[in-house]
Amino acid sequence: MADGDWDGPTVALRARARAKRFRLVLLEKDYDMPKRVLLGLLLVCGLAAPALAQEPKTGGVINAVIQPEPPGLMLAQVQNGPTQMVSGNIFEGLLRYSPKLEPLPELAESWSVSEDAKTYTFKLKKGVTWHDGKPFTAADVLFSMEMLKQTHARARTNLAQVDKIETPDQHTVVFTLKQPFGPFLGIFEVGSMPMVPKHLYDGTDWKTNPYNNAPIGTGPFMFKEWQKGSFIRLVKNPNYHEKGKPYLDEIYWQIIPDAAARSVAYETGKVDVLPGGSVENFDVPRLSKLKDTCVTGAGWEFFSPLAWLWLNNRQGPLADKRVRQAIMYAIDRDFAKDVIWNGLGKVATGPSASTIKYYTDDVKKYPYDPAKAKALLKEAGYKGEKIRLLPLAYGETWQRWGEAVKQNLQDVGMTIETIATDVAGGNQKISDWDYDIAFTYLYQYGDPALGVGRNYISSNIAKGQVFNNVEGYSNPEIDKLFAEGAVATPDSKRKEIYEKAQKILVEDVPVAWMLELQFPTIMRCKVKNLITTGIGVNDGFKDAWLDK
Amino acid sequence: MLSFVAQRVLKGVIVLLAIVVLNFFLIRLAPGDPAIVMAGEAGASDQAFVKQLREKFGLDKPLPEQLFIYVKGVVSLDLGFSFRQQAPVAKLIGERLPATLLLTLTAFAISLTLGILFGTFAARLAGTFLDTAITVFALIFYAMPIFWVALMGILLFSVTMDWLPSFGYETVGANLTGLAHAVDVAKHLIMPAMTLGLFFMATYTRMTRASMLEVKRLDFVKTARAKGLSDAVIQRRHVLRNALLPVVTLAGVHSGTLIGGAVITETVFAWPGIGRLMYDALLQRDYNLLLGVFVICSAMVLTFNLITDLVYRLVDPRIEYAA
Repeated sequence: MADGDWDGPTVALRARARAKRFRLVLLEKDYDMPKRVLLGLLLVCGLAAPALAQEPKTGGVINAVIQPEPPGLMLAQVQNGPTQMVSGNIFEGLLRYSPKLEPLPELAESWSVSEDAKTYTFKLKKGVTWHDGKPFTAADVLFSMEMLKQTHARARTNLAQVDKIETPDQHTVVFTLKQPFGPFLGIFEVGSMPMVPKHLYDGTDWKTNPYNNAPIGTGPFMFKEWQKGSFIRLVKNPNYHEKGKPYLDEIYWQIIPDAAARSVAYETGKVDVLPGGSVENFDVPRLSKLKDTCVTGAGWEFFSPLAWLWLNNRQGPLADKRVRQAIMYAIDRDFAKDVIWNGLGKVATGPSASTIKYYTDDVKKYPYDPAKAKALLKEAGYKGEKIRLLPLAYGETWQRWGEAVKQNLQDVGMTIETIATDVAGGNQKISDWDYDIAFTYLYQYGDPALGVGRNYISSNIAKGQVFNNVEGYSNPEIDKLFAEGAVATPDSKRKEIYEKAQKILVEDVPVAWMLELQFPTIMRCKVKNLITTGIGVNDGFKDAWLDK
Repeated sequence: MLSFVAQRVLKGVIVLLAIVVLNFFLIRLAPGDPAIVMAGEAGASDQAFVKQLREKFGLDKPLPEQLFIYVKGVVSLDLGFSFRQQAPVAKLIGERLPATLLLTLTAFAISLTLGILFGTFAARLAGTFLDTAITVFALIFYAMPIFWVALMGILLFSVTMDWLPSFGYETVGANLTGLAHAVDVAKHLIMPAMTLGLFFMATYTRMTRASMLEVKRLDFVKTARAKGLSDAVIQRRHVLRNALLPVVTLAGVHSGTLIGGAVITETVFAWPGIGRLMYDALLQRDYNLLLGVFVICSAMVLTFNLITDLVYRLVDPRIEYAA
């Protein structure tokens, strides 16, 4: 991809061309009299009705659940999940990503990469306006980058690769990198790099700017009302830059703090969409069986949530690789998938989720084998020292998982003490390295350079940081591989490097990988095209429509 | 009486300041701070980013300086700024306070009215089947956790019977106005208010019953009977009025507990009040917002206690206010 010039929208154009060819074939066949009669008969019989029913219809309101209530809607300043889910409708990024994580146009209509893979030129879509009517230009992109460097932790890390940003004209933005950065085209979706209106933020105090709670974006829906604790209301943007979209008139995001109450709200018909993670997993099978209910696990390809146990490599028995390997053998991950997660998700094979680039399952395997775990513990000289386990305070499913893991580890002779904390307390303990084993799950953002390496490279070991290399694993070879992988070209070289890194990591077990999580989105079957990209519901509802 | 009220208000302000100082340190004892929470949510962080957030929130300053800045703000009626929610704390609380007041006052009215009513009946019918039935029901509601009553209420009245809405303050998107809106809010209020009120109702029922039975045995009641007063008059004017004093005391004490109960009720029924706001602020370590809610709740409790003291005088004219 980074090897020479590459035209971004090619995939979309090819798809359109295929669709056009398909229509032409149909038209050609239309000239064939007997087949035309047959088609007519099919129509009369109603057999073609499903195809016709898929034409998007305009109008209607969707009620969706949002949990917890977003602390704010200004995506450039608040990056928690609920904010992205709501504000993904209001703001936009330069690109979107397909379920296969190929870049798709959004505010950038095309892009190209220089021969040396250091210069990325984005051509912005013309005629795009902010919700207040002001035009969206390259100056907004430049301003957004400056703001995000200060307010958006992930964008800040990604933009550290950029040497300079230039705007030769109102609709062109040129990023020059310090060195080639393989995943660069993967950092421009709305949650990672939202565009901010320069005319409303430049020269103001960003943190107290009144537009933080009444945001102005370029997205398909406009902010209308937020009754704190009750709902957030978005309305259709009549001047949206994609003609005919969005199809819906309004979206109500209903704020229902209790998981059981959210299930009831769906059951009683008060909400139409339960985005992934809205209800406890044990409620999913029951809700899925309700009348007119459709379920999809799609839309998480970009994030690829992977759950694992942080293992504090620095101290006590866990400093020994054999003890960490024993933990991998001791935990029944199939049980966790089948019973605790109701069959949803996939047992992880290593540090990369199977949905992200350069994944390989050609690594050492750790099946459930308590006997092997016991043998390894004996070999390592483990004598029943107390191990502190921090479950994740994300609700009932995670509590149950904590109990199951504790039981698995006790079964092989480990002494486990569960430490109960809330999320903030848990984060503090983990970032202070004050734990032995701790549950977590993190997003991988489609590329090992963005969402995998950060957890294993030794330069990311620093007390007081959360979600980096908090386990304290240090391996110069892994450091070298991730450093090379980020800048290597072509793609085949990156593949080779990351596959090698995965093999080493799985052998060393710096953390204990558990499951590739799946958060199914539950919705009424009348809701169509809700999820069309790899970013899922966080990408906005611009393609969604109601089959009334 | 005015000097009594003035003195109590002054004492209340001192208590309030003490609460602010105590809470200021207490919430900082919990592990984690807003910078850690926000950096965690961003999915990546470096030390410089966390440091920058701490500077932005003023958390890099020494604790005494942070306390001084906060108390100075509170004294000038400025509850500070919520960096998590990017809005002034007073505005955030102001948006939620009416819903909590509506819920807690309705629950309070329900619990007190029904509690005194059932307690009086039980006392008058002491030893009968009805007395036993009231006592048993009161004990059941007293023993059941609020969240359990709430979930069972939702299951019965929303899911099974479809009589009442299961969550929220109003029907979202209905855009009702006037009487229709009031009726809609009332329908949404019934279950949360009853859930919260039933627990306290049980307490007042038991207290009224016990207190009335005790007063009934006193000499002045015998005197009233000897004077030839009707039973209804004796019960209302002599027994109930005297028996209410401990109930009033308990109701005053309960004002704080009521707000505590509102946290659970508001969570289960998605009622947009400050109980839920407080819970979220705690989880997110939103210090200013949390302290702001504590200040308002403490002020409410102090006000309720003052009202309780004033009601004593109405119930028992023998009580005098010492200035």
